[in-house]
Amino acid sequence: MSKRIDVADLNVYYGNFLAVEDVNINIDAKTVTAFIGPSGCGKSTFLRTLNRMHEVIPGARVEGKVMLDGDNLYGSGVDPVTVRSQIGMVFQRPNPFPTMSIRDNVLAGIKLNNKRISKSDADGIVESSLQGANLWNEVKDRLDKPGSGLSGGQQQRLCIARTIAVKPEVILMDEPCSALDPISTLAIEDLINELKNDYTVVIVTHNMQQAARVSDKTAFFNIAGTGKPGKLIEYAETATIFSNPSVKATEDYVSGRFG
Amino acid sequence: MTVTTEIRSSRSALTRNKLPNWAPWAVAAGALVVSAAVLSLAGFNVWGWAVLAAVLFVAANWAVSFAVEGARKATDRFATSLMFGAFIVAMVPLVSVIWTVLTNGIAGFSLDFLTSDMQGVRGRVDNATAAGESPLMGGIAHALTGTFLITLWASIISIPIGLLTAIYLVEYGQGGRLARAITFFVDVMTGIPSIVAGLFAAGLFALIAGPGFKAGIVGAVALSVLMIPVVVRSSEEMLKIVPNELREASYALGVRKWRTIVKVVIPTAISGIASGVTIAIARVIGETAPLIVTAGFVTRMNTNVFSDWMASLPAFIYYQILNPTSPTNPEPSTLRAWAAALVLIILVMLLNLGARLIARIFAPKIGR
Ligand SMILES: Nc1ncnc2c1ncn2[C@@H]1O[C@H](COP(=O)(O)OP(=O)(O)OP(=O)(O)O)[C@@H](O)[C@H]1O
Ligand SMILES: [Mg+2]
Repeated sequence: MSKRIDVADLNVYYGNFLAVEDVNINIDAKTVTAFIGPSGCGKSTFLRTLNRMHEVIPGARVEGKVMLDGDNLYGSGVDPVTVRSQIGMVFQRPNPFPTMSIRDNVLAGIKLNNKRISKSDADGIVESSLQGANLWNEVKDRLDKPGSGLSGGQQQRLCIARTIAVKPEVILMDEPCSALDPISTLAIEDLINELKNDYTVVIVTHNMQQAARVSDKTAFFNIAGTGKPGKLIEYAETATIFSNPSVKATEDYVSGRFG
Repeated sequence: MTVTTEIRSSRSALTRNKLPNWAPWAVAAGALVVSAAVLSLAGFNVWGWAVLAAVLFVAANWAVSFAVEGARKATDRFATSLMFGAFIVAMVPLVSVIWTVLTNGIAGFSLDFLTSDMQGVRGRVDNATAAGESPLMGGIAHALTGTFLITLWASIISIPIGLLTAIYLVEYGQGGRLARAITFFVDVMTGIPSIVAGLFAAGLFALIAGPGFKAGIVGAVALSVLMIPVVVRSSEEMLKIVPNELREASYALGVRKWRTIVKVVIPTAISGIASGVTIAIARVIGETAPLIVTAGFVTRMNTNVFSDWMASLPAFIYYQILNPTSPTNPEPSTLRAWAAALVLIILVMLLNLGARLIARIFAPKIGR
């Protein structure tokens, strides 16, 4: 239950604006990959092309291939809805559904799709997903209370639980800890380490230590100047990127001399 | 306790040069006394007294504050007085309308009035009432039923159309040409005079059902012409403020756009949509002209909106005033009209309260 992603010659546009140019990257199954780079270099944009969330924005489009275990996400006749049910996403700001209880938030992916499910199955999914997101002990007594009544860190873990409840192959995370305190951040980093056993995880982060702590491989994106497209500069084992990068720009960035 | 705080506050350097809280009341009392004295010389009347006292109060309050507290505080008090005055002026018509309708209508109001129609109530009956030989006869049961049915059908027509239009504009139109055209025409529709809406519905049904066709449903169509733009506008605003993050969260779970709209966007916005719809109903429930030209007017109960003429509360009021049942003794008819007006106002108030209640009930719950 996890798949690899191979991206070939990917260009990403907002209307006529080329935001990300010519990305080639191979992400192995059951690994954690971190995307780092200065603000505006296109990390979020690129991440969103990996589950076809990019095209939700009017005028946004993509050229090139993204292969999920050999199947092109952008092949003709591919339904983006199918893609998104296999590649889940956690956003920068926690966004639980305000009209739903904690329990319903976890089951959202199932209930919103009108899938029939027995109560005992549902209870099982709720418990295992919340366990998987390290949230079960904190909320097990108030599953019927609204999800928006949780703290920010708990909400973010609820969003992760909601994502793993639909059993995706890949989980994308866009700066999942940027709105959280250090303790919640640690909780989520621990969680990412565990998620790796079952899922392929891709995470965007501005926090170098975080990238170093959680990821197996790191991709450094950079931008030549405003209005220019972002590019993938270097992609290697995380240890290599942080100790012995082959490109000067990467070294400058990770050592804090830049960006 | 009070004493200690008093002492402390008078000593505090932070509250120096501040007028005590009772100062404006003292000034107001002074203004009332002085203006009463002045007016008693020129001949007393209540309105003159109120106006003069208000002017005196604003001036004196400003002067006292200026002397003790300085220019900034004085300006603040002056502006506060002006705003309070504007509020009172705005409230005068509202309160006086409610007061007039209440005092005139309450005498004709009874359970009988709500449960009987006007069948058999002729000039002779009213003459007897006017002569004090019998109580007020007749009632609004038929008009109330008509208003209820016509408004119900108007809602059945306009809520789906209005809501779907709003959904198209917010979720699919994306500022395209069609969306802008729809927005423009909805705005134009908002300004259509209600009698024109009535004529439109009458003309439409003349084509379908033959000339002169009048029934409750024709009135309902006329009212929905007035209601749809209000529903579109209010629902559109409510859908717009649903954060995009929620839509994206739903898409990211592999949920289709339509399901996302139905199960995430609308439930999040439902409290605002529902109260907007209720206010749209309140807006059309008192329409008179379009109903007179489309639904006609009768004195007996008709519960079928698809055939025969149908009474409604506004039309009832209109005809009772214009064509009193007994031309020689119009008082019973006038009384019935006031009582019906009272019922109508109560209905509108209930609808507005209902809107608040709905908003409260459906609002996304926050808390543990
Ligand atoms: N909705 C949009 N429409 C048009 N241009 C966009 C849109 N979103 C992002 N961009 C542009 O695309 C480029 C990449 O933006 P992106 O959000 O991917 O950067 P990022 O690397 O995620 O930055 P950050 O670290 O600040 O989140 C920027 O130049 C940005 O202005
Ligand atoms: Mg970003």
